[in-house]
Amino acid sequence: MTKPAQVHQPLSEAGEFAEGIPHEKLARSRAAQTVLWVLLIAAVLLAPAVLYPVFVMQLLCFALFACAFNLLIGFTGLLSFGHAAFFGGAAYICGHVVKVWGLPPLVGILCGGVVAAALGYVVGSLAIRRQGIYFAMITLALAQIVYFLALQLPFTGGENGLQGIPRGTLFGLDLNDPLSMYYFVAAIFLAGFLIIYRTIHSPFGQVLQAIRENEPRARSLGYNVDRFKLIAFVLSASLAGVAGSTKAIVFQFASLTDAHWQMSGEVILMTLIGGMGTIFGPVVGSVVIITLQHYLADIGSWVQVVIGAIFIVSVLLFRRGIVGELARMLKISSV
Amino acid sequence: MLKLLLAQGMLGLNNGVFYAMMSLGLAVIFGLLNVVNFAHGALYMLGAFVALILYSYVGLWFGVSGFHIGFWPALILTPIIVGGFGILIERFLLRWLYKFDPIYSLLLTFGVTLVLQGLFVNIFSASGTPYPGMPDALKGVVNLGFMMFPKFRLFAIVFSLLVCAVVWYVIERTKVGALLRAGTENPELVKAFGVNVPLMVTLTFGFGTGLAGLAGVLAAPIYSVSPLMGADLIIIIFAVVVIGGMGSIMGAVVSGIALGLIEGVTKVFYAPAANTVIFFLMVIVLLVRPSGLFGREG
Repeated sequence: MTKPAQVHQPLSEAGEFAEGIPHEKLARSRAAQTVLWVLLIAAVLLAPAVLYPVFVMQLLCFALFACAFNLLIGFTGLLSFGHAAFFGGAAYICGHVVKVWGLPPLVGILCGGVVAAALGYVVGSLAIRRQGIYFAMITLALAQIVYFLALQLPFTGGENGLQGIPRGTLFGLDLNDPLSMYYFVAAIFLAGFLIIYRTIHSPFGQVLQAIRENEPRARSLGYNVDRFKLIAFVLSASLAGVAGSTKAIVFQFASLTDAHWQMSGEVILMTLIGGMGTIFGPVVGSVVIITLQHYLADIGSWVQVVIGAIFIVSVLLFRRGIVGELARMLKISSV
Repeated sequence: MLKLLLAQGMLGLNNGVFYAMMSLGLAVIFGLLNVVNFAHGALYMLGAFVALILYSYVGLWFGVSGFHIGFWPALILTPIIVGGFGILIERFLLRWLYKFDPIYSLLLTFGVTLVLQGLFVNIFSASGTPYPGMPDALKGVVNLGFMMFPKFRLFAIVFSLLVCAVVWYVIERTKVGALLRAGTENPELVKAFGVNVPLMVTLTFGFGTGLAGLAGVLAAPIYSVSPLMGADLIIIIFAVVVIGGMGSIMGAVVSGIALGLIEGVTKVFYAPAANTVIFFLMVIVLLVRPSGLFGREG
């Protein structure tokens, strides 16, 4: 049952580079972007003064996770339904390195990132053999292998997860102090965010967006599409791994929940609700979802129903997401 | 050893026919709608719960204690109820997304899955409830020569195979099936012949989800009825359709059964690998034949 090539509207509305942006809009976008950068950095630096640091650290970890995920869905047009494998898997690796091998947390986080990158290489090179919806199903199935490994391998603590990971010290700074830990996490988040921002605005990022908009055309222009996709996948996986490892250090705990497919779904929701293919969207989305989960914790398992309903509503009505809609209203570019 | 192999093989076959029926529904829906229905696992769960509710709760709701709607009526009613629910999903939600990237339909049905699972976790507990309505005629075991096999499981295997065969016949050999296949190839042309394609799409979705519901009823007496029973199943089904290639009905059925068998046999040789063996096979298939065993290039 072969299908005629179907023309769908592109996944995100952000692909405005090809059309050429009017000068006025460009200037406005630049200004808006500067303001947003200042706001973001100020918010990250000042947040612990008003909010509970652990809560903000959780936000930052998920925001980085969502930004890493957005690099694929928003800028390459690939829906990975298995990103929890990198997020949760790296958390176990980091936890093991820090707890059992007794190495410093920074090394643990790097190890988590490197292992996630390797895992991303394997998963990515298998999944890019198929396109579109199959890509999603394959990543989901491969992530399930990682989940079962996390459940069954001897060092992971099975159902209980890996508990009691020490926070340790960073360059002599005691990370058990909430503020030291906070600024460590903030630095990791900002570094990750900057890497993603630079990637998107590099020639490499432009090619990724060309692939998202029209894969056959990118191929006909002579780009090795599979290689670009794979590099994007590995980068995204490793940053997701860094996010997961950092979360493991913050909470001193690597859990099965972080590797479960439901987590893959949650990161999709964060990105979707904030705005796929926008720079700041995933950050906004993760703030919304984590805050919601935080305040709805009292209603227990109804949270899942609420999250599911938000999913349905945003897919039906707000496919641009919060940042995407705002950018459209203000007539600025969201990239 | 051989006896053990055959025994696990039979249990695997039992899972395999469920995989077959589930991936069959998924394939039929994908064929016409180009939608991957993530909610398929949740609808399977819904099927099992509908059977449980028909037996244990309907009597209470109408104030007639001791009134049960048993397994046999449930076998007919449940697919209709679940299929009807599927039709509602298609008409009121999915329909708006056809003109967008199919990823959005996947995400929408993912949302539906979360809502359904969440609702049932809240109304019933997350732990399972056994289905009390197994018909007397199917209680007990039969002697297969190499093992004593539960009568009900044997019934489930035979019945599911029959359903798969009928679906295959209808789609590949009848007028209705021909229209359906034509709609898959070129909906515009079929529309031009005066066929009500949107209605066909709705009914197809209802039919596919009904199959998931049917698998749910058949599973209810075997496994305990729990809100999360479809959660991991859907991922296995995804792997099955990646292996089989979603294009063909026969492919879905054959690979479903084969993978169930392989999973069962793996339990004999190395039990911890049993729940991942299907995914590893998927990896091998992707390396050797990326379009799936029964899929066509493209």
